[in-house]
Amino acid sequence: MKAEAETVIAVSKNKYNVNKIREEFPILKKKVHDKNLVYLDNAATTQKPTYVIDKVNKYYTTMNANIHRGVHALSQEATEAFESARIQIKQFINALGKNQIIFTRGTTEAINLVASSYGRTHIKEGDEIIISHMEHHSNIVPWQLLCKEKNAKLKVIPVNDDGELIYEEFEKLVNERTKFISIVYVSNSLGTINPVKNIINYAHQFNIPVLVDAAQAVNHLTVDVQDLDCDFLAFSGHKIYGPTGIGALYGKVELLEAMPPYQGGGDMISKVTFEETTYNELPYKFEAGTPDIAGAIGLGAAIEYINKIGIDNIKEHERILLEYATQKIAQVPGLRIIGTAKEKTSVLSFVLENIHPHDIGTFLDFEGVAIRTGHHCTQPLMKRFNIPATSRASFAMYNTKEEVDVLVSGLKKIIEVFG
Amino acid sequence: MNQELRELYQQVILDHNKSPRNFRKMENATQFAEGYNPLCGDHIDIFLLIEDGIVKDVSFKGEGCAISKASASLMTSILKGKTKEEAEKLFEKFHALVTGKLGDNPEIDELGKLAVFAGVQEFPVRVKCASLAWHTMMNALHCKDEKVTTE
Repeated sequence: MKAEAETVIAVSKNKYNVNKIREEFPILKKKVHDKNLVYLDNAATTQKPTYVIDKVNKYYTTMNANIHRGVHALSQEATEAFESARIQIKQFINALGKNQIIFTRGTTEAINLVASSYGRTHIKEGDEIIISHMEHHSNIVPWQLLCKEKNAKLKVIPVNDDGELIYEEFEKLVNERTKFISIVYVSNSLGTINPVKNIINYAHQFNIPVLVDAAQAVNHLTVDVQDLDCDFLAFSGHKIYGPTGIGALYGKVELLEAMPPYQGGGDMISKVTFEETTYNELPYKFEAGTPDIAGAIGLGAAIEYINKIGIDNIKEHERILLEYATQKIAQVPGLRIIGTAKEKTSVLSFVLENIHPHDIGTFLDFEGVAIRTGHHCTQPLMKRFNIPATSRASFAMYNTKEEVDVLVSGLKKIIEVFG
Repeated sequence: MNQELRELYQQVILDHNKSPRNFRKMENATQFAEGYNPLCGDHIDIFLLIEDGIVKDVSFKGEGCAISKASASLMTSILKGKTKEEAEKLFEKFHALVTGKLGDNPEIDELGKLAVFAGVQEFPVRVKCASLAWHTMMNALHCKDEKVTTE
């Protein structure tokens, strides 16, 4: 395949060729307001390489059929492509078995699945669930709903001024009532990388299961579920160069086996009568209905693509970019970076004195620069920093130092107008 | 600056953003409402002093972008001395203006200074910024005529 050959060239001789990579993302050629698109909203969603787009296209043009039960050739082909995507995910996060990988619509649905299925059967009145102050709303609200239903309590690990978890406070929160911990690996608003391994280690001393929200981690770091020893881990396809509407939940077999189904329907059963239904084996027990087959195949392709570039190469490229951007942006008068953790991914959240993020966002848009402005679905975190919103630039494998320069010069122009 | 952008951020808007008028808590307000834009987290408090069906005083507090702040500021300037009915009519006209429903209608003249917000119609995502203060004012207008406690 043409795209594959190009991908190999892009990282040949250990030289990271960002221009070559950029050519593999067709949308990056787009003009916005007559300017070159500078896409810096990667923490919201990443762009898709031709490799992924082609694989999705190929599914619809050559093998579209429903999976698992068809005896015809197309169905078998589709099933094989769908299931091999599951294997890609299993290898990507180093799970032991492919039965531990459940396809979901994304991280949000994965967390809801656990809160609903595991949570409702295990959380009782008076129990406590621990999350952190930097969670995305998707890792707050499902637990809140559960706590309300069960009369349980939500406990929150505080965050320091640099946007780091205060680990000692976490240990103080753990007690005999703590029955579950759900924690974000990397903050979407600040880029902070949390010490999830330490948290899991400590929690396991008291047999408390831990869910890791890895939505902002898998595209920046090597994520190894066996090394972490997490009980559940969730991520989304669209944040790792794959399609929207598809994601995955990883779980430990003994936990998944003991959990009741999340939704009922086709594919999740082995036998149905009006009196009783026996459920299908893992992972199908949790996959009711026809899944997003094309999405899953696209996600598998995205993982292949990342593997070809190399997650370590991506990590290094992004580290250099973040360092450059942090330095450059500090020269903008009146700018304050929100989130200055020692361990960070390539996320740069900031506020400008007397200029609201929304005005910044609209202005930059006319420079062709796409950034995120707002609370980033982390309102409690914004409150913690006493700000209504931030502007957030987030970098991916295809971003360049030149693009950082466009961002910075755009910010300087804004100050001229509003100053 | 790009033409479209210049239309949005007119000098009047930039000026009101920098030094908003009537930007204060009103101790003797008869009506009060809190406005909130969940999209961006912006919030605005509108205070009204209504006597005999006339807006004697109006002020606002809160934080928001240049568009929402300037809109609140200009709104407070224009509403003073207006009757409740006139305020409601202005709301309707303003809303029609920012959502692009007014076109070249001569009614635009009645809006006076508010016409600077015509540029907003080219920015659908910013319509809510411009109208937040107005919606909040309408809520305040229709709340009970009793002194509000603002802590």
